[in-house]
Amino acid sequence: MLKLSRRFLLPYGIWMILFTVVPLGMVAYFAFFDQGQFTTAGITRIFSFMPNLLLSFKLALIATVVSLLLAYPFAYILSRKPERSRITYMMLMMLPMWMSFLLKTYAWMTLLEDTGIINNLLSALHLPTFHMINTEGAVILGMIYDFLPFMIMPLYTVMIKIDRSVIEAAQDLGANSAHILFRVVMPLSLPGIVSGVTMVFVPAVSTFYISQKLGGGKITLIGDIIESQFKQVYNFNFGSAMSLTLMILIFIVMGIMNHFDNEAIEGTLV
Amino acid sequence: MKRKISVIVACALAAGSVLAFGSCSDSGKEKLVVYNWGEYIADGSDGSMDVIAEFEERTGIDVEYVQFESNEEMYTKIKSGSASYDIIIPSDYMISRMIEEDMLQEINFDNIPNYKYIMDAYKGENVGFDPSGKYSVPYTWGTVGIIYNKTMVEEPVDSWDILWDETYSGKILMFRNERDAFGLALKKLGYSLNSTSEAELREAADLLREQNSLIDAYVMDEVFGKMESGEDALATYYSGDAVNMMETNPDLGFAIPKEGTNIFVDAIVIPKNAKNVPAAEKFIDFLCDPEIALENIEYICYSSPNSGAYEMLDDEVKNNPVIYPDEEIISNCEAFVHLPPETIQLMSDLWTEIRAGQ
Repeated sequence: MLKLSRRFLLPYGIWMILFTVVPLGMVAYFAFFDQGQFTTAGITRIFSFMPNLLLSFKLALIATVVSLLLAYPFAYILSRKPERSRITYMMLMMLPMWMSFLLKTYAWMTLLEDTGIINNLLSALHLPTFHMINTEGAVILGMIYDFLPFMIMPLYTVMIKIDRSVIEAAQDLGANSAHILFRVVMPLSLPGIVSGVTMVFVPAVSTFYISQKLGGGKITLIGDIIESQFKQVYNFNFGSAMSLTLMILIFIVMGIMNHFDNEAIEGTLV
Repeated sequence: MKRKISVIVACALAAGSVLAFGSCSDSGKEKLVVYNWGEYIADGSDGSMDVIAEFEERTGIDVEYVQFESNEEMYTKIKSGSASYDIIIPSDYMISRMIEEDMLQEINFDNIPNYKYIMDAYKGENVGFDPSGKYSVPYTWGTVGIIYNKTMVEEPVDSWDILWDETYSGKILMFRNERDAFGLALKKLGYSLNSTSEAELREAADLLREQNSLIDAYVMDEVFGKMESGEDALATYYSGDAVNMMETNPDLGFAIPKEGTNIFVDAIVIPKNAKNVPAAEKFIDFLCDPEIALENIEYICYSSPNSGAYEMLDDEVKNNPVIYPDEEIISNCEAFVHLPPETIQLMSDLWTEIRAGQ
């Protein structure tokens, strides 16, 4: 049995080696070698871009927290609905995902501009207009819009498995709604929170497209700098050094998240 | 032992898949891979000819048409060897870089009879990007200038200084690519846009950094939407695109600053690793056919180096100063040439810092 499963794993193994391990190795190599010469110039140069790294983490963190706050009640309500309406709501949520997210981000540019669709509509109704395009707010909005479904889905998947009788039992034992939410539902849905947070935070912290379109190329995130090193400046050494740093930081964040996750599982089992 | 075999099989599969990706173009019909700027060939929309389809019909060669957004993006892709193309249409300075780095092959002009229509003034050997004139066939040319919205800018636009004018704070769009951005900053300072002096480049960088707070956005293709809708008052961009925008929004105007600007020539080249050179030559000859060149130039709205196509243009276009400016203005313009690696490195580093808000 073990032998059989190992054989089935082979194609996946090859895939992983070709498209994950080899590229990662190349990133690590280019981070320390510039045209075959060992150098730490790329790594040391990162420190002068700390503000951009911090800005990326700040915006991604805000987007993640807001996504969680928006997604959590929605996922909970949805999981308590009868099956038929659940399917409808899920479809409605999934529908925008059938479109390229690059396209959707571009559309947000047209929506948010000073002379964009929303502001034109507001001024036609003699309502005050607002300036949002090319600000941090616009970038955060773009992140939330693009990645919200990745928060809802894992939360929903976990919550739908929470047995209704568990909640009923809590009610019978005199727990009020707040108790039920914080002592029963929340601990049981922690694995969903962890994977949702990871799935929103990681793409948000490394994005360059959203900041380029909705930030007007002025909100310069770490992803923008990495992209420009490969696409414009042709400095593979610095680009790779920054990618490697970002990857390590993301691993640390994920490690912390998973630590919470494991604790939660142990907690619920005991 | 088994593990060893797995490793060997994995390697063989890896090698096999690389070969398979590389050679799939050999099967079936003859194929030509063209790598060009976005929106840079007549595609059948707006009553134009679908030039690619016409070529496919005339020759039976299948064209795979791929687009890029900047010279640097194109260069990176070619340099990394991740893809092979038969035809590329880069700009002047990038062509001179690719010639120096031995990335292009000489074109056999015997196979391109329509080359006789290309005007001497725009050929690589005269503009300077292809000193031997052996590697490139001019496709279009144009200038860089300021596009402005007449309803928002009432004063005459005749200098780069207006892009540093606080009156228009938050209403200015600036190039997102370093060479154009530095070029106009250097011109504003009265230097050559091919300057290799570190002091001059640092001075230009200070100017660009100072401008950062006045800029609404750093853009490339996004400029179309933003200027056409009246979102911004001033933008730096290419003359041909300005004509396109002015057609959509009649409030827009185009000015070439008195300090001088960049004249650019985009030319057709064949990269060294092209797989189908005969088809590439056929394609170049086809693009130089005055009727096809006319179709393309009417679609792109840039200026044509093709005398046959120029003659056939409407008088209105021939006399449009945005597309065919006076010789006096042209003589005040400067073309980009390839810069030494130290200068490129310095400019790139400075640009990365400016964009990072440092």
